[in-house]
Amino acid sequence: MTTTNPHPPMRRRRRGTAAPYVFLTPAVVLYVCFLLIPILYSIFLSFRGLRLVSGGAFGHRQETFIGLGNYATALTDPEFLAGFRRLAIYGIIAVPLTLGLALLFALLLDLGAARAKRFSRTAIFIPYAVPGVVASLMWGFMYLPVTSPFSYITEKLGWGTIPFLENPEIFSSVANIAIWSGVGFNMIILYTSLRGIPTDILDSALMDGANEWQIAARIKIPLVAPALVLTGLFALIGTLQVYGEPTTLRPMTNAITQTWVPLMTIYRDAFIRDNLSLAAASSVVLALGTLVVSVVLLRLTQKRAFGED
Amino acid sequence: MSTDVRGASHSTPLLAKAVPTAVLLVGAFYCLVPVAWVLVASTKSRSQLFTTFTLAPGTGLADNLRNLFAYGDGQYGKWALNSLLYAGVGAVLSMIVSTMSGYALAKYRFRGSNVVFFAILGGVLLPGITLAIPQYLLMSKIGIAGSAWSVLLPSIISPFGIYLSRVYAMSAVPTETMEAARLDGASERRIFSAIATPMMVPGMVTVFMLQFVGIWNNFLLPFIMLSDQDRYPITVGLYTLLSKGSGEPALYSLAIIGSALSIIPLVLLLLFLQRFWRMDLISGGLKG
Repeated sequence: MTTTNPHPPMRRRRRGTAAPYVFLTPAVVLYVCFLLIPILYSIFLSFRGLRLVSGGAFGHRQETFIGLGNYATALTDPEFLAGFRRLAIYGIIAVPLTLGLALLFALLLDLGAARAKRFSRTAIFIPYAVPGVVASLMWGFMYLPVTSPFSYITEKLGWGTIPFLENPEIFSSVANIAIWSGVGFNMIILYTSLRGIPTDILDSALMDGANEWQIAARIKIPLVAPALVLTGLFALIGTLQVYGEPTTLRPMTNAITQTWVPLMTIYRDAFIRDNLSLAAASSVVLALGTLVVSVVLLRLTQKRAFGED
Repeated sequence: MSTDVRGASHSTPLLAKAVPTAVLLVGAFYCLVPVAWVLVASTKSRSQLFTTFTLAPGTGLADNLRNLFAYGDGQYGKWALNSLLYAGVGAVLSMIVSTMSGYALAKYRFRGSNVVFFAILGGVLLPGITLAIPQYLLMSKIGIAGSAWSVLLPSIISPFGIYLSRVYAMSAVPTETMEAARLDGASERRIFSAIATPMMVPGMVTVFMLQFVGIWNNFLLPFIMLSDQDRYPITVGLYTLLSKGSGEPALYSLAIIGSALSIIPLVLLLLFLQRFWRMDLISGGLKG
């Protein structure tokens, strides 16, 4: 492809070509159409609403700007707020366990002593290929008393069925689906990150008499901290967006209401109650919340996880 | 568990092997149980599903398969093809768009490159799902909501894919090689297609795979966009089977065999591509 040039290098040709702009065009066009315009449209909608306009014998309702009215409605809607509380309970179970287990498995895979690593790695990664809806469906049947293998065992032991699909167990049951789906992917990210640690650092620690536990705690975990921050960030964003899992479980249980998590409330407002402006305001609240959580997390950890010069 | 590892590594080497191995195998077991359950349950007839021991295989596999493909004039087959279409075409286009823009952002200095890059980073942090409602409204206005395009087009732009491609292009495409090609008179287009693209293949496979799985697994976007059942992908199709199933338990068997069948090709694809993709992109690109 490239031949060596016999002549001494000439002055570098001016690089002010249109090439980078051409390469970026499809991405920028798609970005504007499917990210930027929808966001702006959402913000626009969130300030609009129906207002009674007097005129004629009866007043009629007309769509106009109503300022922050929708935001006031969203932020004082007890169901929307209760959704965030439920989300918090779910997240407190799901996020630390997903990351903790992913880190534990990654460290064990990186350990010279462990066996059956290839099999375990593949098996733990498999749920990544299973859609959340299918995962919820499978776990849902494993929770349902008539088909649950766990309840089968406890019933044979005379302890009765396990109320997976009732309050308060439902939080752990939904969180379990997220943990099951998320551990493998996060494990692989952390594992590849562990593999990137130079061996001489680990060797010299071994020579200094450090044991595996100390190496993991003092060297490996601090060195994969940027990857941990990133996986933590994705786990948090994923938590705020949880929708498919509780929606799929809903036909099987009464413990999940139509407004169980914020996105379910937004969906109901938009498509069942036909209140698009309120749904738009709630979406903006959710997006801003996510952005704030992300920025706070990145600031707190003081790692420039995305930063490059 | 971890304290055992600490104690074991010095005293008994057997325990030092056994404990980590056992923990990994427990993890593997946890991840495989639902898959095993759904595969076993898919062999059960409708009556066996609720009466026999849950992990004992049944005799209804052939019937279930027949019923599944007969349901709604072969809707399951259509759903599978739709999923393949949305995920396959979407992932290929996404990979091309991401590679081009990641390469441009990594290998050229030009006015506005920072604005584009930070806009894309913002897109990574933005919950993609909250976009689905305004996207639906806008697509309704131009009359393409409900069509395959309404699911396909928003899936092409992937801020994370662009970010990964940029990271990969920075490390995989040497600037000197590009300069040498320029001196030889190669056009920028040719440098990209003949020199840079082959160097970026592992990164491209990674982006393809992440996008394929992401689109295949997506539920909310097609759920919001589509109303015609024949256009549903598998995720939305199985959800409708399940939600109707609470009133019509026969559909439970269909949802189960449908789930079992749907995960097989994706797991195989993942196992196959696992060797080619570069997950260290995600973790390694972050050290800077």
